[in-house]
Amino acid sequence: MAAHNKPFRVLPGFNLTLGYTLLYLSLLVLIPLSAVFIKTASGGWEHFWLSVTSPRVLASFRLSFGASLLAAAINSVFGLLLTWSLVRYRFPGRKIVDALIDLPFALPTAVAGIALTAIYAPKGWVGSLAEGYGIKIAFTPWGVLIALIFIGLPFVVRTVQPVLEDLEVELEEAASSLGANRWETFRRVIFPALLPALLTGFALSFARAVGEYGSVIFIAGNIPLVSEITPLLIITKLEQYDYTGATGIAAVMLLVSFVLLFIINGLQAWSTRRIGRTV
Amino acid sequence: MAGATATLNAAHLASLNQARHYEDSPATRDNPLVKWTILSISLLFFAGFLLLPLATVFVEAFKKGWDVYLAAITEADALAAVRLTLLAAAIAVPLNLVFGVSAAWAIAKFEFRGKQLLITLIDLPFSVSPVVAGLIYVLLFGAQGWLWPYLSEYNIKIVFAVPGIVLATIFVTFPFIARELIPLMQAQGKEEEEAAIVLGASGWQTFWHVTLPNIKWGLLYGVVLCNARAMGEFGAVSVVSGHIRGMTNTLPLQIEILYNEYQFAASFAVASLLAVLALITLILKTYIEWQAARTARDSQQEETP
Amino acid sequence: MSIQVQNIRKQFGSFVALNDVSLDFPTGELVALLGPSGCGKTTLLRIIAGLEQADKGNVILEGTDASATHVRDRQVGFVFQHYALFRHMSVFDNIAFGLRVKPRNERPSEDVIRKKVTELLKLVQLDWLADRFPSQLSGGQRQRIALARALAVEPRVLLLDEPFGALDAKVRKELRRWLRRLHDELHITSIFVTHDQEEALEVADRVVLMNHGSVEQIGTPEEVWNAPKTPFVYSFLGSVNLFHGRAGQGALQVDEHSLTHAEDNIPQGAEVIAFARPHELDIDTDLTQVEGLRARIARIQAFGLTARVELERIDTSGTLHHYEVELTLERLIALQLRTGSEVRITPSHLKVFQTPSQPHTAPYIAAGI
Repeated sequence: MAAHNKPFRVLPGFNLTLGYTLLYLSLLVLIPLSAVFIKTASGGWEHFWLSVTSPRVLASFRLSFGASLLAAAINSVFGLLLTWSLVRYRFPGRKIVDALIDLPFALPTAVAGIALTAIYAPKGWVGSLAEGYGIKIAFTPWGVLIALIFIGLPFVVRTVQPVLEDLEVELEEAASSLGANRWETFRRVIFPALLPALLTGFALSFARAVGEYGSVIFIAGNIPLVSEITPLLIITKLEQYDYTGATGIAAVMLLVSFVLLFIINGLQAWSTRRIGRTV
Repeated sequence: MAGATATLNAAHLASLNQARHYEDSPATRDNPLVKWTILSISLLFFAGFLLLPLATVFVEAFKKGWDVYLAAITEADALAAVRLTLLAAAIAVPLNLVFGVSAAWAIAKFEFRGKQLLITLIDLPFSVSPVVAGLIYVLLFGAQGWLWPYLSEYNIKIVFAVPGIVLATIFVTFPFIARELIPLMQAQGKEEEEAAIVLGASGWQTFWHVTLPNIKWGLLYGVVLCNARAMGEFGAVSVVSGHIRGMTNTLPLQIEILYNEYQFAASFAVASLLAVLALITLILKTYIEWQAARTARDSQQEETP
Repeated sequence: MSIQVQNIRKQFGSFVALNDVSLDFPTGELVALLGPSGCGKTTLLRIIAGLEQADKGNVILEGTDASATHVRDRQVGFVFQHYALFRHMSVFDNIAFGLRVKPRNERPSEDVIRKKVTELLKLVQLDWLADRFPSQLSGGQRQRIALARALAVEPRVLLLDEPFGALDAKVRKELRRWLRRLHDELHITSIFVTHDQEEALEVADRVVLMNHGSVEQIGTPEEVWNAPKTPFVYSFLGSVNLFHGRAGQGALQVDEHSLTHAEDNIPQGAEVIAFARPHELDIDTDLTQVEGLRARIARIQAFGLTARVELERIDTSGTLHHYEVELTLERLIALQLRTGSEVRITPSHLKVFQTPSQPHTAPYIAAGI
């Protein structure tokens, strides 16, 4: 009887590979991450609450979350247009553009950071143009926004692209044969099919932007209460040996990450139901 | 989750194989005015946000001439940074490779409870800010950390030393290869492996002769992306490094130091090395996509003659 | 409404999908476009719908040239092979789609739409599925919803692309009869594309046989079945025996054998191919006669209403030929056939075609038995 209770497995290596996976995951990810929460808890609730509601921390939350939301929204709009161009139109250099979409992924964030600063600083190429109109981009929250747009763009394009490529042409043909014009077809048939992917791309882009550090700090100017992002504040606190302060902020960011992860998983499940595939 | 950005997904491979001509059919053709508007807006956006920064790196790097460039990248600290960057990647990538294959094997070939949770947990490092990733190792191994008493007794330095940099690099590149292999191996099922076992192959032979050839492109893809991130990581490494010149500086950290010292040309010179790495990564990535698309097409043709 | 296509030509790269096709589809008929895959039938259907543009030629709907009319204005109902139902819309919304996208001044009120959709759901006998989503339906149900959606806009013609292709055999048979009944009720001019001869012959009023981008024969199912006009039609419909030979005096010479036939317009000495259905062949065990083709019995299947005898012959060049003869069971018993014995095959009816000068015969043979 006992032999029947043991799961029957034909392929070897289950215990070894799963055991190793769990061990490696626990040692490198789970245990270190739990340190954040244990450390936060050990400092007491009141201390935690005071440190994460200080004006400087709140200002950094506003900037990080606000700029990330705006960047994700801008990326959703332009990312969708860019994806549409890549999938639907033939133009010279299309394959190169397609390959370069992943640049923010491959280019180290510090490199992107100094390059964006060089472009948007008052003496820079675009910065000097904007200066002429009295607009400052680098070293203001606008600089943060620019960096976050750069970093988040591929998330939207690469999430929507496979769905648009996979969308059967017959759906559009059916809509057309039923008398729908191009705009009606897009609004009622194509866009609803793309929506789950677009929202997933938005959420991914937002999640990445909230935690982003390297590409932002050069261009942000890092003025407390104005252009100081949350990740930078963690580092500042660490450098001042305020470990509990840094950990408290980190705990908030981790919580946000978990919630986002949860939302993204939900979006993907929705997408599977709606269009029969994951994004 | 962030795997959504870079996976060898079936739809994309299929579209590489069949050049659809949406513009040939009246039902899928856009009005020329609409087409040119969308195309010009999106290409302008692309040029402004992606192409321009890339070009700027090289323009700024060579602004003060070839000599300054050469001097910047052959300076002792820069070379030390190159060595440390290569070392960190050389340790992190193989470790995550073994982990990725092992996790994908367990998840794709077997059924067990909590599988979905495990997949989510493997993705976790992607959604954690790199700064937080650095912080957790400081909390564990730093001067105020829990393990500090034991470490100092044996005079082991982890934070503000090379091991910390390696650990942070492993953390931020943790999901890359697993993320790539899990869906790929799940889609392939386990029939071929079972056939090999029925024919008398050992577990290792089965993996080597049956599984590996099937996943080689996905594996390579994961390795390329993992390596790019390992060599380019900034935030996490910045927290644990301590910025000791010539000792605990990786290339991205070297860029920051030079930049903060107003040595812009030198900073961009070092940055250009990483930009070239990024371009090589993109070329390799595209090459692998084409190869994988070809393999997919060939096997499809075998199935439907 | 009548449909005419005139001199349609369509080329994809170097591949000629349609080569100067002209056809008339009379009002109210259900016509099948039948042919092997790649024969151009689907392309023709898509050109009629306006989903594809012909390189040359005209599509005339009810006497007016519609070649330049956009698909959305042609008022054709199109049912796609894989249905193309909108996955994020309920069955109801799918059917209502065509009504809701009408320009504001032509768009019926939601009440009218509701009534119309309910009517259509009743027509396709699926009114209990209105709130379901396409993913919750079976293949046959999806097919009927796709048809209801196409009918909602009251199209002037109904075009169906392989309407039963994606269904399993049993559902396919049911749906076939259902479509026929529906057509008898609605009398809307309909064209459907199929590669399944049984489907075409059973459902359609008229069958258009196509091959290599050209029309081979048009006729009622009886006409095309009983009197195939070209070698292609002969080999495409039903099983058939093929003979290669040379025309002699009232007979066909196959190697040293001769087969009599009744065709009188074949010049003597011409290279010919000849067709005979299995029931048009007989077997003779008397080997002293010269008339007929000598072959060896390979297999006898004596179940069912008639018996089938499979025969083989090796010709002078060493190639193996297969033949199939259909006999009544009485005849089989009378002949006392045994596997392995040599007999003569004698045709009661033989259709002879002169071999075209171009090497055009290979596909006929491939499409044959």
